[in-house]
Amino acid sequence: MIKYIIRRLVQSIPTFFGITLLSYLLLWLAPGSVVERLYFAPNIKAETRARLAAQLGIDDPFHIQYLRWLAGDDWLRWDSDGDGIADSSFTPLAPLDEDGDGIPEPPGDNYGILRGDFGKSFIKKQPVLDIILSNLLATLELGVAAIMTSLVIGIPVGVVSAVTRGRLFDNVARVMAVIFDAVPNFWLGYMLLYLFGSLLGILPIGGRCAITLTGVCPSLFERFDYLFLPTIVFAAGFVALFSRYIRTSTLEVLSQDYIRTARAKGLAPRVVNFRHAMRNALIPVATLLGPIITNVWAGAIVIETVFAWPGIGRIAFTSAIQQDYPVVMGIVIFASIATILGFLLSDILYVFIDPRIRIL
Amino acid sequence: MTTNRAASALRESERLQSKSLTDLAFARLRRDRLSMVGIGILLFLTAASLAAPVITDILQVDPNTTDASASKYLPLFSGGHLLGTDNLGRDHLARLLYAGQVSLFIGFMSAFLALVIGVTLGILTGYFGGVIDDLVNWIITTLNSIPVLVLLIVISAVFKPTAEALIIIIVLITWTPTTRLVRGETLSIRSREYIVSAQAIGASSFRIMRVHILPNVFSLTIVTLARNIGIVMLIEAALSFLGLGVQPPTATWGNMLSKSREFITKAPHLMIFPGLLITVVVLCLYVLGDGLRDAFDPTIKD
Repeated sequence: MIKYIIRRLVQSIPTFFGITLLSYLLLWLAPGSVVERLYFAPNIKAETRARLAAQLGIDDPFHIQYLRWLAGDDWLRWDSDGDGIADSSFTPLAPLDEDGDGIPEPPGDNYGILRGDFGKSFIKKQPVLDIILSNLLATLELGVAAIMTSLVIGIPVGVVSAVTRGRLFDNVARVMAVIFDAVPNFWLGYMLLYLFGSLLGILPIGGRCAITLTGVCPSLFERFDYLFLPTIVFAAGFVALFSRYIRTSTLEVLSQDYIRTARAKGLAPRVVNFRHAMRNALIPVATLLGPIITNVWAGAIVIETVFAWPGIGRIAFTSAIQQDYPVVMGIVIFASIATILGFLLSDILYVFIDPRIRIL
Repeated sequence: MTTNRAASALRESERLQSKSLTDLAFARLRRDRLSMVGIGILLFLTAASLAAPVITDILQVDPNTTDASASKYLPLFSGGHLLGTDNLGRDHLARLLYAGQVSLFIGFMSAFLALVIGVTLGILTGYFGGVIDDLVNWIITTLNSIPVLVLLIVISAVFKPTAEALIIIIVLITWTPTTRLVRGETLSIRSREYIVSAQAIGASSFRIMRVHILPNVFSLTIVTLARNIGIVMLIEAALSFLGLGVQPPTATWGNMLSKSREFITKAPHLMIFPGLLITVVVLCLYVLGDGLRDAFDPTIKD
C-alpha cells in the first residue's frame, strides 16, 4: 500500500512540473509589460523602463525566469555578511552587478513556488498564499456543503432508480438528471435568486452572511439561509452525476450471485437492496472524488460570482479580470495540486475500500 | 420461379450483409423516438438561427438598431416585438437568433476540431507508441489536472479572444478525452490478427491506420461527439457569462445572460430566454448522445 502511494506520488511530479510550465508560459505570452502593471506610469522613459525591467528580472530569458519563479532567487544572489548588500552570487545565472552600473543588485528575497512563495499580488500587494488561504474556508464551506447534499440526495435516488428500473421513479429520476446536467448552473442560480430572493423575498440575494461591522461572519448555524441557494445550485450537477453513477453500479451489483443468494435465502428486499447492494455499489463512487474536486473549482468560479460568495473562485475571477498574474497563477497551481491530490486520494480510497483489489 | 425466389433471397441476404455496424446503429437510432425529437429540435433551432436574416426581415426587426418608437425593456408581444426588447431597445428575438448562430457555431466547430485532433493524435500515439506517446500522455495528464474553467478564464482574461480565437482555445484544452479514448482503442486493435496480417503483406503504416484502425474507432468517437458539443456550449456560456468569452457587440447566448443579469428584476424575460435556449440545446445534445451510445452498443440487442 505504502509502495503504491509513493509510486503514485512520484508519478505526479512530472504532471506538477507540466502545470507550472504551462502557467508560466501563459504569463510569458501575455501581452503588456509587468513594469506597466506594477508602476502605473505611461510616460516613463525608456531607460527607466529598462532599469525596472532589469531589476524585476523580466528581461532575462524564459528558462531563467521560470527557474527563478519555481525555485526562488535567494540562492542566486545573496548577502552573506548581513549588511543588506549582496556580496555573493551564483554567477552564471545572476552576476552580482547585472546592469553594470557598479552597484551590486539587491539580494534575492523570493523563495519560489516550490517553497510555497507565490509572490505578491500586483494589486493588493499582499502575499498570494495569504490571499488564497484567507478565502479558502469560504470555498471549502460551499464545496463540502454541495458534495454532502449531493451524496445525501444522489445515493438513495440512484439505488431506488436501479431497483425500480424502467418504472416511473427511474424514468423521472433519469430525466431530471439529464435536465440538471444540461442547465447552465449560473442561469439556474439567477433564476432561483430571482424567484426566492426577489419575487418571494424569503432568501437573501447573495453573500456569505449579513454585512457585519467586523466583517467576520457568525457561525454556520446562524446563516444557513445564505448557504442554502448556492449549495442547491452547486449540488444540482453533482446529484445528477452521483445518481447516474450509483444507478449503473447498483444495476451491476444486482446481477451478482451473492445478491441472488441473499434473495434466495428470503431476506427482505429492503435489506438486500440497501445493505447488500448499496454498500457494494458505493465502491466505485470513490473514483469520483478526483473529478469532483476539479468540478468544485470550476463551479466555485461561477457560483461564487453569481452569489457574491467571498471565496477563491471569486478571487480567481476578479484577479483574472484585473490581470493580477501572481494571484491567478497561484490559484491555478493551488487548484491543480488539489486536483492531483484528489485523483490520488480517490485511487487510494478505491484500493482501500474494495477488498477484492489487492495490488501488492 | 424457384430460381427467381432463390435469387431474390440471395439479394436480400447480400443487402443485409452489406449493412455495416454503423449502418445498423444509425438504423437503430432512427427508431429511438427521444433521440429523434432531440435531433428535430436541434435542426429547428439551427435552421432558425441560420435563417435569422430572413426571419428578422419578415418580422421587420433588426438585432442592432434601437427601435426609436419602442422603449427599452418591452415585455413579450408588445410594440411589434415578439419577445420584447432589451436594455437598449433592441429586438430580443432577433438578437437571440443571431446569438444562436455564434453559440452553435462555437459549440459544433470546437467539438468537431477537438474530435479531429483527438482521433489523429490518438491513433498516432496508440499505433506508434514511444517517445511521442509519452510526451502526449504527459500533456494530457497535465491538462487534465488543471480545472478546465480555471484555465479558460486565465487564458481568456490574458488574451481577450474573438469567437474564432475562443474556438481554438477551447479546442486546445478539450482535445484530451477523445485522444485518450482513441489511443486506448488503437492500442487494443493494434495487436489483432488483421492488423498483423496487413503488416505482413507490406501495407504501409498510414494505410493500416486509415483503412483498418480509423473505421474501428469511428463509432467510439461519434458517440461522444454529441455530448462534447453540449459540454463545449456550456463552457462557452459560462465563460461569456463571466464576461470573458466572446465580447460584445457579437452576441452569444452566454454573453446575453451576462448583460441581462443587471436588469433581472426589471426585465426577467431577457434572462429567461437565452438560458432556456442553452438548456434546451444542451439537453437535446445529451439525449442524442445517450441515444447514440445505446445505438452503437453491441451488447444491447433489439
